[in-house]
Formats: sequence, structure tokens, C-alpha cells
Amino acid sequence: MTEPTLLSGRGLGLTFGGITALADVDVDLWPGEMLAIVGESGSGKTTLLNVLSGRLAPDRGVVWYRDPDDHLHDVHAMPAPALRTLHRSDWGFVHQDPRQNLRMAVSAGGNVGERLMAQGARHYGDIREAALDWLAQVEIDASRIDDLPRTFSGGMLQRLQIARTLVTHPRLVFMDEPTGGLDVSVQARLLDLIRSLVTRLRIAVVLVTHDIAVARLLAHRIAVMQRGRIVETGLTDQVLDDPRHPYTQLLVSSVLNA
Amino acid sequence: MKGYNFAYLDEQTKRMIRRGLLKAVAIPGHQVPFGSREMPLPYGWGTGGIQVTASILGGGDVLKVIDQGADDTTNAVSIRRFFARTAGVRTTTATAEATVIQTRHRIPEKQLRDDQIIVYQVPQPEPLFRLEPSRVETKRMHGLADYGLMHVKLYEDISRFGQISISYDYPVMVNERYLMSPSPIPAFDNPKMDMMPALQLFGAGREKRIYAIPPWTRVKSLDFDDHPFRAINAPHPCGLCGATDSYLDEVVTDDRGGRLFVCSDTDHCGERRAAGHIGADGFQEAAE
Repeated sequence: MTEPTLLSGRGLGLTFGGITALADVDVDLWPGEMLAIVGESGSGKTTLLNVLSGRLAPDRGVVWYRDPDDHLHDVHAMPAPALRTLHRSDWGFVHQDPRQNLRMAVSAGGNVGERLMAQGARHYGDIREAALDWLAQVEIDASRIDDLPRTFSGGMLQRLQIARTLVTHPRLVFMDEPTGGLDVSVQARLLDLIRSLVTRLRIAVVLVTHDIAVARLLAHRIAVMQRGRIVETGLTDQVLDDPRHPYTQLLVSSVLNA
Repeated sequence: MKGYNFAYLDEQTKRMIRRGLLKAVAIPGHQVPFGSREMPLPYGWGTGGIQVTASILGGGDVLKVIDQGADDTTNAVSIRRFFARTAGVRTTTATAEATVIQTRHRIPEKQLRDDQIIVYQVPQPEPLFRLEPSRVETKRMHGLADYGLMHVKLYEDISRFGQISISYDYPVMVNERYLMSPSPIPAFDNPKMDMMPALQLFGAGREKRIYAIPPWTRVKSLDFDDHPFRAINAPHPCGLCGATDSYLDEVVTDDRGGRLFVCSDTDHCGERRAAGHIGADGFQEAAE
């Protein structure tokens, strides 16, 4: 690709005591692209996500982010206020457990509006309208806008979290097992929703999942991790249909074909 | 008073509090920690305010103490007497005569001057405390001026009640930087804090925090463009002095639904009555 990357990790390394969480990891993400990071649990997927999003500092290596004005930023050298601003405007984070991100004592509308208000929106009517619009986009009924999230089902909570994250039109969203813990039919609907929203809004996504099927359905490119290293990377179909690394072959063959 | 230092506190403590006050004045609205002392007064009765007052009081000062606007309630009377005995300063109930005013939950109706200091008693200095339980996190939010959460609270109020329903301790933005709790004064008093000529000091004894608003500082009550801040007051004139522009207390007078609205600022009300203003119920009282 000739287009410059949106996010790049170079030579990332991190150890927790004697455990190697990341070693020599290089990652590139282009605008509008969906990159899946797959691997078994403990392979360093979530650690990599946290390092890329600036939430966890690596021992070695650097993460570059290109802002809309084409300036490169070293994510881990950014001052805290700038990183915070980035996290609540240009970036988004979707957790596996929506309760980690949502405010359970605040209504659905307030949850969606928070990022707007944090950015300085001070017009109640506009915030309300944006909240209604986003609830509709994630297929939550408008009549639920003033309900508390605790009255929502698991799938609705996850969709609410997505609305809350996307309301500021981020360019880059980090997703940590967004469909984990949901039953299969709800998962399918949610994947469909994520795919259509991300494609329409041209959002770049780093998606962490242990579920090969989710990666196949959503991702353009895939990176397979084992013991803190990326062992294979490439186009999703290429990697999954013709795996080269023994570990990837094992991973792909261990999935039951439905 | 024999056996006690001037104004009760020892000089070391006063110096420590004054250092805190200087920091607080230098960063308007920022909460400065201080080593709060045990005072001969229970927490919640103004231990923070009394320590600030003790630290700034000089021999020539004239002290006024009000509690909910009144000079004659238990809290006000005992704090005034405390300083009359331990510092020997002159005390007064007249707002214009005082150089230091310690207050609980009100700002006097009379405009304060630039040679006066008002000291607020603060139970909870953290404006975000009901919204974010972690102090570590609220400190970070103040540091990064990340105040979206406070507006979420206002949003919730409007979506639930159709208006912002905070009637006291209404959060303010100081000098366009720090979110601050104005202490539990009625929202009615918030506009008085804006560009006030007097120095405003806040002391929270149990929470061990001091903060301040220097004279002539911008203080803005949070609101939305389409739901602007409104000062709420009972829609009546004062029953005793007939004032229509002062904050009113509702007093139940009998068990048949009788009630009386009177100025909460007793000095203001008394002055008006002395000047010949008489409210609907005030005349009756004079006749009895």
C-alpha cells in the first residue's frame, strides 16, 4: 500500500518479571482498515492492544500515530492531556465487558452524550439529537433513551457501548473481544452491525479476538500471535486458507467447520 | 484568653494554613491539602472555616459569623463567641462593618467590598464526589480539566426533570479552569461569587482541603446553551421587610398550613425594617 499508515508499532517489547508478554512486535494499520489480532489466551493479544492504545508503556519500541493533520506522534511520549484528548475524540476503546466502559448509573442518552460533552458540546438539544441518532444506528429503540443501562440485555449493552464510542466519529477504534460472552445469534447480529458501521464511517479498527470466525468475518488483515510474538501476518483469507506457520496451521485446524 | 494563643491555634499551624491559602489564591478553585487540626467543635459545624478564620484574623479585625444567613443561630453565636474569647476581636452582625465574615451556606445580600474577606465552611470540597468515587481519578480529571462528567449529571437532570434540579452546592467553573464546589450555598447566591471584590476563602476541616477565589475572578455556573443557569427563589416578597430581591426562608407558623417567607439574611432584613420597609406580615408583628 502506498498510503501512509495510521498507526505503527515498531520493535515493541514488554516483560512482566520473567514472562515475555511482547517481543519484537511490528504492527501497521492503515486508515479504514480492520486488523485482527488472534491467538490463544496468554499470547499477548490484549497486552499488545493496551500498548498500541497508549494505556500500557512498553519496555522497548515505539508506537507512532498519524493525526488528521499528517503529524506523527510517539504515543508513549505524548503528554497525558494530549493522550486523554485523543482517547476521547479521535480514538475509541470497546471493552469485552461493556460495564467497564458504560456508566451504569447514567441513562443511555447520557452515556452516549458523555464524549460529546467532554469535547465541549454545551447544547442539550443537539446532544439529545445525536444520542437519538446513534441509538437508532445501533438498533436500540428511541424510547429507551432515558432508561438506565442495567435494564438492558447483554447484547444491547454492547451496542450501547459501541454507540457511546462512535458518537465522536473516531478514526481509530480498539476492540477487545467485542463479542465475547454473548450468545451466538446476538454475536452474529453484533458482528453485522460492527461491520456495516465501520465500513460506512471508514474507521480503522484493531480487533483482538480468540475467535477465528470473528476475524474471518470482520478483518481485512490478520496477525497471529504466539508467546508474545507475531508469528504470521497477512490478508485474512490468505492466512486462514493457506497458513504457513505451524502454530497458525494448528489454530486453523482446531476450529470446527460448522 | 489566658493559656491560649491568639485565636486558639498555635502559630505553626496558622503559618501552615496561610501557606495553603497562598497556594489556593494563586490557583483559583484548586483544592490544596492542609493538615487540619482537631478543633473544639464537631466535624460538620465549621471546623474548616474556623481554622481559616483563626489563621487570617488580626487584632484589629471585626468578625461576623452567619449560619444560613442568620447571625443568631447556635452555630453562628458559638463561633462568634469563640473568637471573641480566644482572640478578643470585635464582633458584629452588620455586614458593612465586618472585615472578616465566616459563613455557612449563604453569601450576605449586601455587596461585599474589596477590604473584606469571606470564609466559607465546606462539608465536601470535591464537586465530582457523587459522580466519581475515586479521589485519584477526580484529581486526574481536575488536572486535565476533564469535566464532561459534570455535564452528564446536568444532562441527566434535564432529561429526567425537564430542568437542572440542583438547588444548592451548584457547581461552578472558576477562572475558566477549575470546577469547584461553592459549598452548599443556594444556587441563588452563585452569581454573587462572579467578579466579587472581596477575597473568598473555603475551608473543609474533615476533608482537609482549602481553596480560594481571589477578588475579581470569573465564576460561572455550569449550564447548557439551551438550558441556561437560573437562580431559584421562592416567588414571594419577604413577610417582614417586603424585600423581593433577597433569598427567602420558608417558616411554618402553625399546623393549619400557615407559612411565612422571610429573608434568610437577618442583618439585611433588620436593616431594611429599620429603614422603614414593612412586609405584609411585618406590620402585623409591629401591631401586636
